[in-house]
Amino acid sequence: MPDMAKNAMSDRMGRRLEEIRRRHRDATTPEAVAEIVLEVLDTMHGDISGPEAALLAEVEQIGRTIAAAKQEIAALRVEDIKIAFIPSATDELDAIVEATAKATHEILDSCETLESVLAGLQGSDAEAVQAAVTRIYEACSFQDITGQRITKVVRTLKSIEERIERIVTTFSERLPETDAAPVSTTPADAEMSLLNGPQLPGNGVDQAEIDRLLASFD
Amino acid sequence: MDKNINVLIVDDYKTMLRIIRNLLRQLEFHNVDEATDGAQALSMLRAGNYGLVISDWNMQPMTGLQLLQEIRADSKLKNLPFIMVTAESKTENVIAAKQAGVSNYIVKPFNAETLKEKIEKVLAHA
Repeated sequence: MPDMAKNAMSDRMGRRLEEIRRRHRDATTPEAVAEIVLEVLDTMHGDISGPEAALLAEVEQIGRTIAAAKQEIAALRVEDIKIAFIPSATDELDAIVEATAKATHEILDSCETLESVLAGLQGSDAEAVQAAVTRIYEACSFQDITGQRITKVVRTLKSIEERIERIVTTFSERLPETDAAPVSTTPADAEMSLLNGPQLPGNGVDQAEIDRLLASFD
Repeated sequence: MDKNINVLIVDDYKTMLRIIRNLLRQLEFHNVDEATDGAQALSMLRAGNYGLVISDWNMQPMTGLQLLQEIRADSKLKNLPFIMVTAESKTENVIAAKQAGVSNYIVKPFNAETLKEKIEKVLAHA
């Protein structure tokens, strides 16, 4: 490019950059960065070489990717994930650990009762019962293993929750409005809407209350 | 093998404490105490007279490995037989435990025969 043309382009770009700088003094948000990138590119089109054009096309693509990411994050309704889904999932998992621990202790209670009766048995009968009880003890260690595995899953979910929190903080108040409806946990089908699975302690009713409820219809 | 020794089992899962205690009873070890983390175990070991520790690894605030290191650094406890019973089954875990001075290592889930075999082995060298 001749020197005069270069100087003219440099002057024009300088003026344009100065104007952009004035308008975006506190440009620290992803939205503002994307806008600036696009404005700079707009200034430069037509005055650049092949490699520069390729480079600028890449930069332009970054600007578009940021804009698309904002749209996708808005569509995800990350607040729903953070406020409803993850806490609900971790509560369910905690309840699984608690329920299996309770069941395991009941199995162990029964084994200990069997062992106390064992003293009255003789020979091969005693050996058979003892061997069966031992196998139950061994099998009950599943609770420890599943408990540890579930704890790992809970940790992973909490880590996802923290990352989502960071995304929400970074993009907060700059996310575009989304038309996506709030996520509903109520299935459309009437019968399916009754199927909520086991309830967390305190959320459902116990057998005695169910019995009373049924009796009230008589 | 002296079955009258005091055994300390350490695990933060009460289910595991109970399972190991019952299996030990079947093996005729009747003097069994329990702790739910390394720190509690360490104070019990320093106060008592134990002949064997069977400990989980993954506990808070003091892990099984830290407990083992404390035991090996304690002039009174350093020769105490220590069996790690844990779900941590990576090679590097076993190596770290061995380097810290573990007497034997059992991976969960385990069976009664494995527990018996490791206890016999460890106490034979005690």
